[in-house]
Amino acid sequence: MTNPTGIGASLRRKEDLRFITGSGNYVSDITRPNMAMGAFLRSPHAHARIKQIDAAAALALPGVVAVLTGEDLKADGVGGLPCAWPVTGKGGTATKEPAHPALAQGKVRCVGDAVAFVIADTLEQARAAAEAVVVDYDVLHAVVGVLDALKPGAPAVFDDIPDNICVDWELGDKHATDAAFKKAAHVARISLVNNRLVGNPMEPRAVIGEYDRARAHYTMWSTTQFPHIVKLLMGNFVLNIPQHKLRVVSPDVGGGFGVKQFHYAEEAVVTWAAAKVGRPVKWVCERSEGFISDAHGRDHVTEAELALDETGKFLGLRVTTIANMGGYLSTFGPNIPTNLYGPLLAGVYTTPAIYCEVKAVFTNTLPVDAYRGAGRPEATFVLERLVDVAAMEMGIDKADIRRKNMIRPEAYPYQTPVMMQYDSGDPIGCLDKALVAADWAGFPQRKADSSRRGKYRGIGLCTYVEACGLAPSRIAIRLGVRGGLFESATVRVHPTGHVTVLMGTHSHGQGHETTCAQIVSEKLGIPADNVEIVFGDTDKVQFGLGTYGSRSAAVGGSALVKASEKVIVKGKKIAAHMLEASDTDIEFKGGVFSVAGTDRQKTFGEVALSAHFPADYPLEILEPGLEEQAFYDPVNFTFPCGAHIAEVEIDPETGTVELLGYVAIDDVGTVINPMIVEGQIHGGVAQGVGQALFEDCVYDEESGQLLSGSFMDYCMPRADNLPNMTVETHITACTHNALGVKGCGEVGTIASPATVINAVVDALAHLGVTHVDMPASPNRIWHIIQSAGAATR
Amino acid sequence: MRSFDYQRPASLAEVSAALAATPEARLLAGGMTLIPTLKMRLASPTALVDLGGLAELRGIRVGNGVVTVGAMTRHTDIERSAAVRGAIPALAELAAGIGDPQVRNRGTIGGSIANNDPSADYPAAVLGLAASVTTNKRTIPADDFFVSMFETALGAGEIITAVSFPVPLAAAYEKFRSPASRYALVGVFVARTSAGVRIAVTGAAPCVFRATSIEAALSEKFAPEAVARVRVAAKGLNADMHGDADYRAHLIGVLARRAVDRALATSGKR
Repeated sequence: MTNPTGIGASLRRKEDLRFITGSGNYVSDITRPNMAMGAFLRSPHAHARIKQIDAAAALALPGVVAVLTGEDLKADGVGGLPCAWPVTGKGGTATKEPAHPALAQGKVRCVGDAVAFVIADTLEQARAAAEAVVVDYDVLHAVVGVLDALKPGAPAVFDDIPDNICVDWELGDKHATDAAFKKAAHVARISLVNNRLVGNPMEPRAVIGEYDRARAHYTMWSTTQFPHIVKLLMGNFVLNIPQHKLRVVSPDVGGGFGVKQFHYAEEAVVTWAAAKVGRPVKWVCERSEGFISDAHGRDHVTEAELALDETGKFLGLRVTTIANMGGYLSTFGPNIPTNLYGPLLAGVYTTPAIYCEVKAVFTNTLPVDAYRGAGRPEATFVLERLVDVAAMEMGIDKADIRRKNMIRPEAYPYQTPVMMQYDSGDPIGCLDKALVAADWAGFPQRKADSSRRGKYRGIGLCTYVEACGLAPSRIAIRLGVRGGLFESATVRVHPTGHVTVLMGTHSHGQGHETTCAQIVSEKLGIPADNVEIVFGDTDKVQFGLGTYGSRSAAVGGSALVKASEKVIVKGKKIAAHMLEASDTDIEFKGGVFSVAGTDRQKTFGEVALSAHFPADYPLEILEPGLEEQAFYDPVNFTFPCGAHIAEVEIDPETGTVELLGYVAIDDVGTVINPMIVEGQIHGGVAQGVGQALFEDCVYDEESGQLLSGSFMDYCMPRADNLPNMTVETHITACTHNALGVKGCGEVGTIASPATVINAVVDALAHLGVTHVDMPASPNRIWHIIQSAGAATR
Repeated sequence: MRSFDYQRPASLAEVSAALAATPEARLLAGGMTLIPTLKMRLASPTALVDLGGLAELRGIRVGNGVVTVGAMTRHTDIERSAAVRGAIPALAELAAGIGDPQVRNRGTIGGSIANNDPSADYPAAVLGLAASVTTNKRTIPADDFFVSMFETALGAGEIITAVSFPVPLAAAYEKFRSPASRYALVGVFVARTSAGVRIAVTGAAPCVFRATSIEAALSEKFAPEAVARVRVAAKGLNADMHGDADYRAHLIGVLARRAVDRALATSGKR
């Protein structure tokens, strides 16, 4: 009998009742006694020296408690924000990690750089006072584009880094790759830009700081995806708060997409300020403020070449990328365009030689860091655009050229030339399924129909591999991360057999309260309704690393399996005593302990009760209670892969691209909850479609002002921009974790930009178009059509 | 939002008195522009005088070939008015395409044209249909009403009470929305009236304007192919990240042609 609330059930999400009835508990819902409100004064300039800050007028305003600046931080010995994942560059060079003060000191380096923190009795008073702070700036020339940042004589973002280079990194075998190009029958080339994005989670960031003088103890509530890491980074490296004197609480979080997985200046400033003014202090980011204070994503400029033999077999791949780091290093900044990018350039192909070099550069823009997909969408975009260009130039069918180069199922585990060993996958199976689902063969007919209506129709295919389940600590530490990347779970069985689980991961909308309960239901044979999942409070939950990099099921879920299995091991010993049998003879199945081959049995609840009411219990050899904890460090990354197909129609008169259909065939490993996986892929695809067709974070090249600073100009994808999607799975189980799970949170975002742009280019191919930069906006497409010399109807 | 005084008078006389007493007071109609502006602290009037209590400014009358709309009539009222749909369907359709249901349930025609946002929809209908704007002091022809970006012919203390639209022979409005804001990147209102053809363009320039070259072509022959021959000049048109001037100029032609096509279809004269 299958478990109706176990693994594989499309259980409705336990958390949704509170989310959709407005009963959630977000940071901005929390009020503390005598709480003051804070507002940040932010730099209006992209690059300027701060000559003087005059707070006298602000301090004289009603209700104002304090005006704090970078000088106050310095005076209190507060440290800068640390980078947690620097990388080693060419020849063993270190990543440059310039100081990142939580409030600007001496210089501002981007529009939005926090200059002062104003605290008042009310928010309105704090805002009015922030406006009254007079800052005397000496405005400097700004540099915003990565190519400009590398030009001789470009403004230096940091005085002691005159070339603006943060790190110059490489991966792969340069000589082998050069040799591959020498024997190539054809070389396909592409130059492209991966457009900068703003994450825009539905809930803006928020922080409350509180200091209990009597206990010398701090509490910070934050909208963070990883409370324990913020506790470690902020407590240990910024504010010098001993770890046992700091509690970080991250309650319900309304979306993150990676934007909330960094230790932000506001967290440190608000917590520090709360102690300084002796009152709890709250800051809630406004939407417009989020545009100039959340870390941004992507922002690459890339040149790439693919060497092929005369049959279309890939011989070598060479990629040169310049990646924007912004005005400071965010928590994981340097790791994203390097370790999370270069290794993914192998894709699902057998390309024998790959060489990638990446220059990460400083500019006068917001810091750039991980955003849903983080490095992998950028890699997939380069590779899959290049494969399409090669197919077009060589006259090979786009599906055939991919199939010819794909790793065959029997070749797994497969070692790529760029670091990764894929444990499992069947990309050819994914491709074949996608071609059928999208009716690839029927496309010419549909294109002809569109042509009759004066429209350009295109179809685009993309395959991908993704490395997630971050991460095997040993490998990650070798790659530069300053910490572990394991995960933790505690299974606390109550005397009644109900279960509370403490997870080191978090959830910011993915439904982990449901999927984790399903794992416990599956393992312990109890209904998911009897399981409560707790996360997000460092005082309640053992150390864990949080939620990002599609790791919660693969790493957190694996820890949960381990803890559940420990409960079963102990339960068997208790049951053995109760049933007067040897524990080696006890079987556990469907929530029942039984003596093998007999009808003698005890339920999970009876065993739980016995553990807490040890009247007839082997106290000499067994502790009472039933609570187990496990930590799990994976042996490898997990490698989802798949094939996506998009179909678009372009109105040549207006340049509008309409997405007509979308097929996603993904191998995400074992599926815990099919409904949730489907939702994650829908959302991921929507986000990638956003990058492909709509979203663009644009700075003015001269002034460094953010031009797309609100939803009036920053174009989010909306429901009416998206078609119904065909979402199916093609599963091969992960071979190195107990659940066989891989991850599904980012695959949609990784595959869809290349899928959609390949379709757009296909629609315009008859005009000689070989590439379209993102977003494929109406204005851009119309101009491309014009310059291709096509007369509009 | 900074604090301000709030008044809700019940008559035009009381509104005038309130404005006279507090010259820096701002009139509040539907608030769809003013309230966000206040929230973003971009404006800080000391007082708001809410026109929402004036029943005399609400309502739609149709008669003698004219549709008269009270200044405080909401977009949704026009969208759903059978009388407007019967007399000037293009006007009802334009109203139905403004913003989203929440905006249409609050926003008013008087508020929209008094604000004269360069990408608002109503100015195109008012100018395209040669409407007249009635205030508490006078009646202003549409051709004189819209002065420049966010600027109208309204004087101090002058309050729009109604807008009167002569019923055209045929009309249609076509807009191309900015992908991000969904305001009109370009909107073209085409009207064929007994006095001639009028084409009003919004979104494309700092202020709504008449596309006289297209008017001339359509006056010769009111047909889509007549528009196709006209090249609209890009000079003076808006340019931003969603559309440069060339693109906007091109869209004016495309939308004018489509509007003519629809006007003919709607009036059954194609």
